Amino acid sequence: MSSSDLEIVVDDPGAPDENSPAVTNNRTVEMVVMVLLLGLAALLAWDNWRTGASWDDTGPQAGYFPFYLSVILGGAALYGLVSVAIQRGVGLETFVTRAQLSRVLQVFVPTLLFCFAMQWLGLYVASFLLIAGFMAFIGKIAWWKSLLTAFIFVAIMFVVFDIAFDVIMPKGPLEAAFGR
Amino acid sequence: MEALGLLFHGFSVLLTWKILALMMVGLVLGIFVGVLPGLGGPNGVAILLPLTFSMDPTSAIVMLSCIYWGALFGGAITSILFNIPGEAWSVATTFDGYPMAQQGKAAEALTAAFTSSFIGSLVAVMLITFLAPAISTFALKFGPPEFFAVYLLTFCSFVGLGREAKHKTVISMALGLLLAGVGLDTVSGQLRMTFGSNDLLRGINFLVAVIGLFGISEILLTMEERLALRGHAARISLRTVLNVWKDLPKYWATLFRSSFIGCWLGITPGGAIAASFMGYNLAKRFSKDKESFGKGRIEGVFAPETAAHASGTAALLPMLALGIPGSGTAAILLGGLMVWGLNPGPLLFVEHKDFVWGLIASMYLGNVVGLVLVLTTVPIFASILRVPFAAIAPMIVVSCAIGAYAIQNAMFDIWLMLLFGVVGYVFKKIGIPLAPFTLALVLGSRAEDAFRLAMIGSGGSVGVFWSNGLVGSITTLAIVLLFWPVIDRIFASFGGKKESPARA
Repeated sequence: MSSSDLEIVVDDPGAPDENSPAVTNNRTVEMVVMVLLLGLAALLAWDNWRTGASWDDTGPQAGYFPFYLSVILGGAALYGLVSVAIQRGVGLETFVTRAQLSRVLQVFVPTLLFCFAMQWLGLYVASFLLIAGFMAFIGKIAWWKSLLTAFIFVAIMFVVFDIAFDVIMPKGPLEAAFGR
Repeated sequence: MEALGLLFHGFSVLLTWKILALMMVGLVLGIFVGVLPGLGGPNGVAILLPLTFSMDPTSAIVMLSCIYWGALFGGAITSILFNIPGEAWSVATTFDGYPMAQQGKAAEALTAAFTSSFIGSLVAVMLITFLAPAISTFALKFGPPEFFAVYLLTFCSFVGLGREAKHKTVISMALGLLLAGVGLDTVSGQLRMTFGSNDLLRGINFLVAVIGLFGISEILLTMEERLALRGHAARISLRTVLNVWKDLPKYWATLFRSSFIGCWLGITPGGAIAASFMGYNLAKRFSKDKESFGKGRIEGVFAPETAAHASGTAALLPMLALGIPGSGTAAILLGGLMVWGLNPGPLLFVEHKDFVWGLIASMYLGNVVGLVLVLTTVPIFASILRVPFAAIAPMIVVSCAIGAYAIQNAMFDIWLMLLFGVVGYVFKKIGIPLAPFTLALVLGSRAEDAFRLAMIGSGGSVGVFWSNGLVGSITTLAIVLLFWPVIDRIFASFGGKKESPARA
């Protein structure tokens, strides 16, 4: 009893290679994260101890809760660290392969640049550059499609947020030239 | 009955053109969000939340909850047509849904999924309708000690009943509670953990964290996968729909049981994901023909979808009535409510009747409209997947940035969002759960304020938490749930009746 079908096929030519070598494994990452959390807990515990972490006559001082929370966090992180460290044969699965990491960085680095660019060029111009650039360089999509799509998307965002909902975003020299 | 009267009042609040238009927009956006990879239900709600700051609370929450329903419906489309679960709770739908599509019965599978979702949600909403007024009779009995006990119960139940390693849940929750405390302390006026930074003075806004944790990190994770897919977009004809509906009464047991599981797991911090799997597994266990599950049985689509939607909807009841979100998305909606100046909890039902019953009425209407919408537009949404991820990913990043910036107009928040994105990416991969973190971030300051107000009231005595029947029972229950795994093991070793893990 099938109805008419449209077939949809999407390919991913830049997909990460299945046989790529691992960058690191789960165990290492988990231990690093636990150490970082332990460090954070120690830092926060110290700061809250300075603020005052005991009781006075109206109840707990400002630093009381955060101090004990830091202690709990530190304790749990320490438990996590020890429990992973002593089990040497566990968690050796790949955390991320080189190919996967490069794909992740392909998104992360442009996003980072976008955030920097936002401050000088304004959000809308930076968005246009991000979308057009990403589509063209990383997606290998035709330039005219990338530029057009980016332009339409940014225009819609501008109309919706700046004009309709009055939600103001960082603006740069381009908008200033138009007087907005 | 009082409930029905209030419900009709709710409908009258709801039926304005503006709100109905927002409902349609919300549903469409929600289905869109549910279909796209890299953008989830909680994330869609989080990004669009700042948009709603300029709306009145009723319109805003109607739109946001419609985004939520839309996402619930949308996840099923990709599960059935492409074997790609759009959301974590649609995974169980792929077990029988995709085989059905491969056998040429995609339209039946989709109709079954949407209809059973509708039924699940409807049961949950009826539950909310009739339970809600009863909750409001509790309203006046709740003071700071009772509120703190309730928050304690939430935290303890996440730790005690959660499926992840306990120490990881504790880490997640402690971190969230700590970050909730950064900034100006409202009770004493002191600055905490700001390290002299003017930006940290403002504190860490939960929306920024959520957009980073769920949005940015999801894109990073999606890039690791192979993004190729192949499937068929089925068009659903009226004849198919009627045929599936004709067979529906046969499966009343599955539907009823799955709805029940969903409601139960929605109200307790079990969640839609657990509900969908439990619904599927129990349907399989109770069926006379177990072997056919996994090969394209329509019941295998009914069960998880009904349970997942019942659970997602039921999670809103404790959120509204007690201020305890039963799921990540409910936590975000809770945060939104607080931003609009509405404090969820028993008093919400007394002080803001229009809002609450307008919302509940919108749940009924939203489900009906959503069902019709989704039955008629499947091919359109399915073809969205033709858009290459290289186009979608930067658009999501831009939406996230707009959402994050719109909250406090602070560039610092954008950097925080990026940081949370990385944190979310790493945490998800090493198994540190994000839901307790979100919950702690949203509830942290309220819980702490409640505790300190309770202390001021009782003159520093912790015994106030057992001072009367209500607060005493909640506090005791909280402690029991915290140590539940230990208690459960003791029972099992005594050969006592073993409680099934998800019932507790």
